[in-house]
Amino acid sequence: MTARPNSPSAARRWLKGSAARATGLALLTALAMGASYAGAPDERTVQIEGGAWRSVLPTGTARDSVTVKPYRLDRRPVTNAEFLAFTRAHPEWRKGHVPVALADVGYLRHWAGPLELGRAALPDQPVTSVSWFGARAYCEARGARLPDWYEWELAAAASETQRDARDSSDWQQRVLSWYSRPSNAPLPAVAAEKPNIYGVHDLQGLVWEWVEDFNALMIGADSREQGDPDLLKFCGSGALSIQDRENYAVAMRVAFLSSLQAHDTTINLGFRCATN
Amino acid sequence: MQAPPDTGGSARGDFGPPQGEPIKAELASPPQVPPPVHRKAPAKVIVELEVREVERPIAEGVTYTFWTFGGTVPGSFIRVRQGDTVEFHLRNHPTSKMPHNIDLHGVTGPGGGAASSFTAPGHESIFTFKALNQGLYVYHCATAPVGMHVANGMYGLILIEPPEGLAPVDREFYVMQGDFYTVGKYREKGPQPFDMQKAIDENPTYVLFNGAEGALTGDHALQAKVGEKVRLYVGNGGPNLVSSFHLIGEIFDKVRYEGGTHSQENVQTTLIPAGGAMIAEFHTEVPGTYVLVDHSIFRAFNKGAIGLLKIDGPENKAIYSGKEVDNVYLGDAAVSAQPVAAAAQAAAAGTLTREQQVAAGRTLFNGTCSVCHQDNGEGLPNVFPPLAKSDFLLADRARAIATVLNGRSGPITVNGNTFNSVMPPMSQLNDDEIANILTYVLNSWGNNGGQVTAAEVAQVRKATPRPEGAAH
Repeated sequence: MTARPNSPSAARRWLKGSAARATGLALLTALAMGASYAGAPDERTVQIEGGAWRSVLPTGTARDSVTVKPYRLDRRPVTNAEFLAFTRAHPEWRKGHVPVALADVGYLRHWAGPLELGRAALPDQPVTSVSWFGARAYCEARGARLPDWYEWELAAAASETQRDARDSSDWQQRVLSWYSRPSNAPLPAVAAEKPNIYGVHDLQGLVWEWVEDFNALMIGADSREQGDPDLLKFCGSGALSIQDRENYAVAMRVAFLSSLQAHDTTINLGFRCATN
Repeated sequence: MQAPPDTGGSARGDFGPPQGEPIKAELASPPQVPPPVHRKAPAKVIVELEVREVERPIAEGVTYTFWTFGGTVPGSFIRVRQGDTVEFHLRNHPTSKMPHNIDLHGVTGPGGGAASSFTAPGHESIFTFKALNQGLYVYHCATAPVGMHVANGMYGLILIEPPEGLAPVDREFYVMQGDFYTVGKYREKGPQPFDMQKAIDENPTYVLFNGAEGALTGDHALQAKVGEKVRLYVGNGGPNLVSSFHLIGEIFDKVRYEGGTHSQENVQTTLIPAGGAMIAEFHTEVPGTYVLVDHSIFRAFNKGAIGLLKIDGPENKAIYSGKEVDNVYLGDAAVSAQPVAAAAQAAAAGTLTREQQVAAGRTLFNGTCSVCHQDNGEGLPNVFPPLAKSDFLLADRARAIATVLNGRSGPITVNGNTFNSVMPPMSQLNDDEIANILTYVLNSWGNNGGQVTAAEVAQVRKATPRPEGAAH
């Protein structure tokens, strides 16, 4: 699966320049800013071994699992404070400076100003209202990347005691009950809940999270039979393209991600970074 | 009877391009219906519908997070004319957790608009369709998992009027049935999350009209007057159950079954499929309270599928008399009803004596009460409490009256023994009869005497209102 950024070509050129600038700055920034938003790799991230993974997505082959290479994943979502430090170093990602092709008008809507969090955005809360482009630029600036869906799904399937808790009714009910609560209350701080067995916090129950290949989640396994890229958007065909039909909890996250475009922002959508 | 002519369906539903300025559709919240279209030419109609996720009561003391079209369950009622071009704006409120979309069964096109309206929180989608087929159609959210979105209340109705409109009526109402699945039991207090397993098992906790127990009762009952023509637009959102829709005390003069063009006449109960609708019409003749139910009747009395229609106006005794006689029927244990009649006459004349009350009360007691409490007032050990020398009975007259009126359940202690049983309400007895029964009880089996008056009973009856429709 690969991402398909869907921005106009002008925006892509801008992004390319921006990404180059960001990458160029990354080393310098990492040195200059230190832990303020980059963090020491070992504290900030955790090693996950990967291996054979039974995704809810169809594999496109006769096998029912895919192979996930070892990777490192952030222990917690990126916070407002960390994203503020990033925008200080990267003026092109400040609120009010980003073309709408890269972030819609809701970008950082709860911040008081371009370099000011204000009362509606506490430093320890996960940053939200960031587009996929913005999330990606942040991770790049840190020398990291967004996790892909399989990496995210594998880590998020864990409970405090099990690596794959998806069949547990407790795990499912906990995820579903978070889904059923509207986002009309202030978000808690990151890492307020216990980490899962890998030592990762907040994969469920805090915010939605971007993944690198969110835009590819709609591609059916067999394009001859399921060529419609909108499969999940209506009725039963969506359910049919999910391997584990009873696992609504994960399917709903796929549905959420598939409703997005790369420049979209929502007040309950944040992100975390990964590295190889 | 002659069948109405064929409408020709969608092939004859295109009346050309929209004419005039675009019109913003007037939507209505249930149980209201927007006014008729009254237009002679096709128009461009703009429909703006906002999705909101809201927590609100599903029953008294019980809350549930509903996902709604327009803030209500069912969603806003949409009314357009066949041949109209509808520009549909679906907005998903920024506080929504979920993406949503809409599949309108009145749309000709893949997914009924679902693929074109898939909308992330804080975003808006716009798509346009031409309403080619007339009829009453369900709309619903079709985002995966579809069942959960529907179970959370994401459905409503769109009426596509025939070009000539529908015949005028005096009242129109919008009712929609849905089944709900909560982790807690029926009426278990507090916030109740959605229970996916119950939904898959098709075992609902609630079956409701208009999204909440009590949405159509009490102050929210539908209202009409005698001599009016009433039209009900009734949909069934499901997600699982088929409705056996019935209005207790009325007969539908006409039902446009399945929301289509043809109608059946003189219908008692009509099936409404999940994801389907129907239009019922009837004329009101007799005042009183009429009860909307799903006649799969445990749903009505144990899961909440009850609504009320109150019809005001003058009595019409020629059509319905009301209760004329309430005789005790004693069957094999026939005892003369003479003392009851004598007491009733004396009460009317204001000359009722205690002895007359006791005599009438004995007859009534033997017909109604002695089955459980026994002829000798001793009850049955461990099952039915005694009335003879009962400390519980004699301690509180008002409680004794209220017990006859409203019944009693749960553990009580009588003369040192615990009973945990159920006594049904005896509210069908009138005040005189209850006074006579209790006077008989107080003057029998060694009890300490006394006299209960009809006025006392009336006072207690007034102070303890029973839920409407509960006596059915």
